Amino acid sequence: MAKHDISRRSVLSSTALFGTWFALEPIAKAEAHVYSREQPWTEEHEDPPHGASPGPYQFFTADEAAFVDAAVARMIPNDDLGPGAKEAGVTTFLDRQLVGPYGRAQTWYMQGPWEKGEKTQGYQYRLTPAQLYRTAIKAIDDHCRETFGGKAFRDLSIDQQDDLLQKIDKEDMKLQNISGMSFMTFFMRNVVEGFFSDPIYGGNRDMVGWKMIGFPGAHYDYRDYVSKHNQDLKIKPVGLKGRPDWKP
Amino acid sequence: MDIRAAIAVAFGLALCGTLSSRASADESYSQVERGKYLVDAGDCAACHTSDDSKPFAGGRPIETPFGVLYTSNITPNRRSGIGAWTDDEFYKAMHEGIGRGGKKLYPAFPYPYFTHLSHEDVGAIRAYLTTIAPVDNSPPPNRLEWPLNYRFMMTGWNTLFFKDGEYKKNPDKTPEWNRGAYLVEGAEHCGACHTAKNMFGADKTDHRFEGGNLQHWFAPKLVNDRPDGIGTWSADEIVQYLKTGRNAKSGATGPMAEVVKNSTSKLKDGDLHAIAAYLKDLPGTGEQRSASKTDDKVVAAGKDIYDASCSACHKSSGEGVPFMFSPLKASAAVQSGDPTTVIRMVLGGARTQVTKDEPTPSTMPAYAWKLSDDEIAAVVTYIRNAWGNSASSVSASDVKDVREDIRKDVTASSAQ
Amino acid sequence: MASRMQPVDVVIVGFGLTSAILAHELTEAGLRVVALERGGWRDTSTEFNISYAQDELRYYWRRELFQEPARETITFRNKMSETALPMRHLGSFLPATGVGGATIHWNGQTWRFLPTDFVAHSHNTQRYGAKVIPDGMTIQDWGVTYDDLEPHYDKFEYLYGISGKAGNLKGQIQEGGNPFEGPRQREYPNPPMEMTYGPTLFGKAAKEIGYRPFTAPSANMPRAYTNPLGVRMGPCTYCGFCEKYACANYSKSSPQTTINPVLMQKENFELRTDSEVLKVNLDSSGKRATGVTYVDTSGEEYEQPAEIVAICAFAYHNARLMLLSGIGKPYDPQSGQGAVGKNYAYQIVSSVNVFFDKDQIFNPFVGAGALGVIVDEFNGDNFDHSGLGFIGGGYLACWNTNGRPIETHPVPKDTPKWGAKWKRAVADSYQHTISLATHGAVMSHRDNYLDLDPTYRDVHGRPLMRLTFDFKDNEHKMSDYLTDRATDIAKAMKPREVHEKKREGSYSIVPYQTTHNTGGAIMGSDPKTSAVNRYLQSWDVSNVFVVGSSAFPQNPGYNPTGTVGALAYWSVDAIVKKYLKNPGPLV
Repeated sequence: MAKHDISRRSVLSSTALFGTWFALEPIAKAEAHVYSREQPWTEEHEDPPHGASPGPYQFFTADEAAFVDAAVARMIPNDDLGPGAKEAGVTTFLDRQLVGPYGRAQTWYMQGPWEKGEKTQGYQYRLTPAQLYRTAIKAIDDHCRETFGGKAFRDLSIDQQDDLLQKIDKEDMKLQNISGMSFMTFFMRNVVEGFFSDPIYGGNRDMVGWKMIGFPGAHYDYRDYVSKHNQDLKIKPVGLKGRPDWKP
Repeated sequence: MDIRAAIAVAFGLALCGTLSSRASADESYSQVERGKYLVDAGDCAACHTSDDSKPFAGGRPIETPFGVLYTSNITPNRRSGIGAWTDDEFYKAMHEGIGRGGKKLYPAFPYPYFTHLSHEDVGAIRAYLTTIAPVDNSPPPNRLEWPLNYRFMMTGWNTLFFKDGEYKKNPDKTPEWNRGAYLVEGAEHCGACHTAKNMFGADKTDHRFEGGNLQHWFAPKLVNDRPDGIGTWSADEIVQYLKTGRNAKSGATGPMAEVVKNSTSKLKDGDLHAIAAYLKDLPGTGEQRSASKTDDKVVAAGKDIYDASCSACHKSSGEGVPFMFSPLKASAAVQSGDPTTVIRMVLGGARTQVTKDEPTPSTMPAYAWKLSDDEIAAVVTYIRNAWGNSASSVSASDVKDVREDIRKDVTASSAQ
Repeated sequence: MASRMQPVDVVIVGFGLTSAILAHELTEAGLRVVALERGGWRDTSTEFNISYAQDELRYYWRRELFQEPARETITFRNKMSETALPMRHLGSFLPATGVGGATIHWNGQTWRFLPTDFVAHSHNTQRYGAKVIPDGMTIQDWGVTYDDLEPHYDKFEYLYGISGKAGNLKGQIQEGGNPFEGPRQREYPNPPMEMTYGPTLFGKAAKEIGYRPFTAPSANMPRAYTNPLGVRMGPCTYCGFCEKYACANYSKSSPQTTINPVLMQKENFELRTDSEVLKVNLDSSGKRATGVTYVDTSGEEYEQPAEIVAICAFAYHNARLMLLSGIGKPYDPQSGQGAVGKNYAYQIVSSVNVFFDKDQIFNPFVGAGALGVIVDEFNGDNFDHSGLGFIGGGYLACWNTNGRPIETHPVPKDTPKWGAKWKRAVADSYQHTISLATHGAVMSHRDNYLDLDPTYRDVHGRPLMRLTFDFKDNEHKMSDYLTDRATDIAKAMKPREVHEKKREGSYSIVPYQTTHNTGGAIMGSDPKTSAVNRYLQSWDVSNVFVVGSSAFPQNPGYNPTGTVGALAYWSVDAIVKKYLKNPGPLV
């Protein structure tokens, strides 16, 4: 193997021309971005979050929304601790999530072939979250109508609803076309997201989730509190878009 | 005194003037090197370079309250540049604001400052500019409001507001002071931004270096006032700021970032100290600031907003992190009479200029999406009056105006 | 037909932690360097500034800072008898993309491996006899020693401003530091972080038992710091949005906050983002790289010729690129031959939740990624393993990283998964619970390895990396032992309730554990059993260097980043001082 001599002197002697070396190449039409000599920045450059747009449901049909309202109320009910998931706007949160990139599984690897796989191999269904919800809601409501004399999930008693959801989660009751356990895993996780995420996403209305546990939200500086061991700090929560009382 | 004697005296004075300005140079320079140094000092590139690959080819739009001007091509191209100009014509442009063929130049080209440059220095600048690669580029026609689009209007303006003349040393001051004066009043043309303008766009000579509002930025006071001038800065801090882009109290952002990058970071330490000596000698206005009237509710909301949005960098004490996140407490810039820059930085963010000595690009993020006009008014009012600070309140409509101005500026620069 | 770029001295694949170190040192040596990063530009003030960085949903749950599986993922199986299936969305680990790589969203927990870790095979054999290494366990010595790396650990720690207290200064054990660590030449550049309540209680209980707890070494700045390159960092604000998120106030060490400001100003350095390297090109002999082929986001292909190719991508991406480029012999688990893809390892972690009554308030949201107290008595070979049935160990920790509610809402054992009782348990526990963690080593095994998947492809049509991996008896026994030790300390804290959560069953790709993937391009002294030599130079293609945790022959009990940084400095030092003077195999 021939030894290739990298002469540092030959490298350094051409440094005077160096600035022009890179510029000679056909970068102009490329979709790469080239950074040289400084780091870019422009005034007013922001990448803010895409919050939930106001208005009626964009994903759920009226029937689906009614199901979801009832189901989220079972996940986190309204009680003496405070508002539950429904009051916190979790249905709106879910609606906006499912109509967006998350609902479309935009960042997921959704190529076949499709196989069932082991539990340790994770989610292997073809369904995007949007499809999962749509299919599951229909399957559950269909099951209810068959089993409970024409009643949809939302018309059942609270005990019946709780019982049914337990069965679905344990797969004691099989749903058509879908794994109940998979749906419940997503559902529980998404409801918690809706209850505790920043209010700009449509849930955690008035920061009720954060207030329940004492989480201050979008604060970013706790240095004054580090040494306050075992003290109730009573920090008022704040969202990414602030608090209503910021308007003097 | 007869005419020959007068000429001899004048020549002698001029020679002394030249010698004294040369005496502060540390080494002897070739004329071209000296010219490059002066071009850096004058930051000619900031206006005359539109495309970095074609230095000094002009064509850069300069926004003025009277319309848009396009800078000229000062490369040696004979058709569209200044290659065909004689040295005398070049000197007349710099010294009198009169271009080739008697064409009156607009003072957006700061000849009222460059007039102070010595003949020799102007010659060196010319010599350097002849070594630049010639570029054939004719700038677009200016778009000035009538009747200013007629250059002869400048005759009146010059009569009222301009007096030509090379810098004359002040014999009561040190050589260092004089060198500083020569640079500040001449090549660096600091007053072009830092001195307010009257309705005709000329310097308000009664308010030299008391700050100026230009292109939607407020260039702060450079006289030795407290709290909003450089009264609290030492000469060393001024030097550090100009050389490295920041000091413990402040960092160069906005249009000043470019000044540091293209100009002051390239000056010799001796010259930076001279500038500092001159600035530190500028007398304060003597104005006493009374405690400003602020609405308690606004300040309370402002403090809340500050704690959630600003304190992670600037600290609840307002002390920030020197050299990283400028202290707001006792900050001259924060307490400026004109709050434009403070508001603008909150809305659009600001990057501190990096230099070899200070490479960290400490950057304030843009809060335009996050905070409403009311909220920004509250938090800016708060910081202007917290921790012993004292300055006027800011209203939501002040913020709204700046918000619109930034949008215009950002749109314009991305269209370039 | 690829467009040919101007040749450079060095082309670096990826622009994360190791790339920045190599690029800086090589440009200082006067070389022309180009870095190719497939992700985009990332900067504090724009991509993750303080007005929106603290968004739990967006950055962790919607994965915004991480690599998108849609473009490229891995396939996974526990055993060779199974079919590997794609990891369709992220779970167990969080690879990154973009400038700065995974150091944008890491915790900042920064360690030096123990001296015995580098000679795990010979040391364990010597102390416990050859039988202590079961059949199928393929651990190896590294080919470098702790002493070789010590000055490079030091250099990395000062670059990154690591905060901590030295435990062993030139052989003298120091109070307040890690008494088990290898000797260091000087103190940390920054003092230990100020501690919150939970880890303080843990430390007290650990001391009562007789352990020697200490504040964890951290890359979250306890104060403003200027590193040897003149780059400044701000103080950590304990914001609780550290790991899995990016730092908005320049106080978490990363290439952005420590090197890039200086590196990006250099005339002999150029960065191209949105440029994905498809393969390293070799000449007709197959023994010399001529450069790389990369593609931009429009699909346009380019060839970048270079004298040296440094593969500095994330752990298993390094191994994959070697396999796709034909560098080195692919590992065959049946025969044990070949080294590229061999000895993949990970970390085995478990936890113990400790529930208190309402008189104990922990404020979990006042946290930082590397804020915690450590007990290291059971790491490495710090304790006598006789009769225990496993080798290796790990540290016990009480970390106080966050109180982000979607992620962190502990409930006692047997709490229903939802409903009123769940809600009550969350409300009652959030402020009054802490969690202890064990962070354990994973030894290498014959059938834990990486190769190219036969079925699934990435967005360019290249085969995905296939991961075959499971925890073995050694790992489970060791992890259970550590968990029991953690429970001892938990009980000594006199809580209301302790809930021990051992790692059970097969390794699952689903729940998040750590992003400590190692191996696949391991270093060693023997070209038959390693992919790169002790300088991280490919045995087969001597102008290719492969830098990262891919080099670890097995994974010890500490977090890998400190050692990854040290190895990067060690390797580039060899390139500058030895290779440039005499290009060719260094060993």
